[in-house]
Amino acid sequence: MMLLPCPYCGPRDVTEFTYGGDDGTVRPGDPQAVSDARWVSYVYIRDNPRGPHDELWQHSAGCRRWIRVRRDTLTHQVLSSAPAAQPVQP
Amino acid sequence: MKYSIYSLVRNAFSYHENWPRAWRSPEPKSEYDVVIIGGGGHGLATAYYLAKNHGITNVAVLEKGYIGGGNTGRNTTIVRSNYYLDPNAHFYEHSLKLWEGLSADLNYNVMYSPRGVLNLAHSYADLDAYSRRGNAMRLNGIDAEFLTREEVARMVPLLDCSPHARYPIIGGLLQRRGGTARHDAVAWGYARGADARGVDIIQQCEVTGLRRNGNRIEGIDTTRGYVRAKKIGLAVSGHSGHVAGMAGVRLPIETHVLQALVSEPVKPILDTVVTSGAVHFYVSQSDKGELVLGGDLDMYNSYGQRSNLPPVEHAVQSLLALFPCFSRLRMLRTWGGVMDMSMDGSPIIGKTPLDNFYIDCGWCYGGFKATPASGWCFAHTIAHDQPHALNAAYTLDRYGLGRTIDERGGGPYPWVH
Ligand SMILES: Cc1cc2nc3c(=O)[nH]c(=O)nc-3n(C[C@H](O)[C@H](O)[C@H](O)COP(=O)(O)OP(=O)(O)OC[C@H]3O[C@@H](n4cnc5c(N)ncnc54)[C@H](O)[C@@H]3O)c2cc1C
Ligand SMILES: [Zn+2]
Repeated sequence: MMLLPCPYCGPRDVTEFTYGGDDGTVRPGDPQAVSDARWVSYVYIRDNPRGPHDELWQHSAGCRRWIRVRRDTLTHQVLSSAPAAQPVQP
Repeated sequence: MKYSIYSLVRNAFSYHENWPRAWRSPEPKSEYDVVIIGGGGHGLATAYYLAKNHGITNVAVLEKGYIGGGNTGRNTTIVRSNYYLDPNAHFYEHSLKLWEGLSADLNYNVMYSPRGVLNLAHSYADLDAYSRRGNAMRLNGIDAEFLTREEVARMVPLLDCSPHARYPIIGGLLQRRGGTARHDAVAWGYARGADARGVDIIQQCEVTGLRRNGNRIEGIDTTRGYVRAKKIGLAVSGHSGHVAGMAGVRLPIETHVLQALVSEPVKPILDTVVTSGAVHFYVSQSDKGELVLGGDLDMYNSYGQRSNLPPVEHAVQSLLALFPCFSRLRMLRTWGGVMDMSMDGSPIIGKTPLDNFYIDCGWCYGGFKATPASGWCFAHTIAHDQPHALNAAYTLDRYGLGRTIDERGGGPYPWVH
């Protein structure tokens, strides 16, 4: 079983977490002011690397906080984990 | 050579030692009219229909491992066309019709077995959703039957249909023409048919770079040298984002691992495919006698083509809840494949922002049944530089135009489709 190191609780089984996806998708500020292309890219286009990936997880069966994990999508090795930088809007 | 009862008898006299190879193993040429990247069922079917339907034979299929070694050889082989939305219904029904004649067309037994696909209803909401979908299918000319609880119990006596079951069964939606096929045979049959028409199938040939010049791709770097191509078609399923990225094209695709497992083989006991949407689980019995079971994605991005325990546990728990009689079966093997999950759960077959680069991806976990129609439509799209009517809705730009095809209504969370 994959273990994710929660920065608050320590290493826990992956089944305690809910996946939140790519952490690179920053919501553009004013929807009226951004171009269609920028908005479409925010909603539909994600980083999908074969290798290190920055992603969000919620420790939903634990402390319930959102965390930011850098994990290799090929080997599943966790490279780092930290509290999520900003409030998460899933 | 045509496979027939006569060739079988003739070869019996030489102890089956003189069968010719089913396809050649050529060196890559320096240039092709069309290069297809990815030697799974979709890539091979595309090459076959390019040659057969459009007379384009200066074609190569480049495969990094061995043909069919990706999801084609890892899937649980369920074939069906029980879709609600029109574009999906028409596309998958065309595919099912091709399946019905495929062994004869390819002169290769793909072991298509219309043993029925049964979706179990566990709640009144399920009943509503299934009657709505079943009616939509019938309006589209596709076979669908609604079963009561008693009819389900008669058809699959092993199911726990008692009122005290963990997941009470109150009905079902059945597509009798659905069923299974032999996954490897599909890859091999298309490969043999394409090769016989002049297509070069090149294995152990990984694409490592796409050389872009303005709005075109001029050539392809591979582990077996540089290959130029007038047109390039991408059919690499879970690796779509990775390979398209080599040309700077970003796709609305995430890559996730899906697993399956089989039990030890037993005598014939289950003669249909049973699925449960509520439990997220399905099971059938292979011709070798193994129970083949599968369920959820692991639910996080992964290119690791291997199995992990939590989904295995989920699948086994679901099996035992529905079929308590299987509790003493031992599991034999588990494995995983990496899926190209699209943002609306439907595929993309079409053009890209680049002039001579075409994509066929977004198959999620249902692309095996699509193999014949996908090859058919992708070949048409590449040959004519515009889509066939059956894949006209599957464009890459539909996401920006608000024309997503979202069967489940799940939104842009690819791992829930
Ligand atoms: C466990 C599991 C169960 C499934 N069950 C079903 C089911 O019951 N019914 C159903 O309809 N579908 C099912 N699917 C989905 C189905 O298997 C896929 O959607 C389908 O096989 C995709 O076909 P393909 O030809 O596009 O991909 P693949 O067979 O994966 O072919 C892609 C090929 O591209 C090659 N490739 C990748 N990168 C490169 C590169 N850089 N250079 C050269 N070649 C490359 C790969 O090696 C691979 O052989 C299942 C999948 C899995 C994993
Ligand atoms: Zn925690």
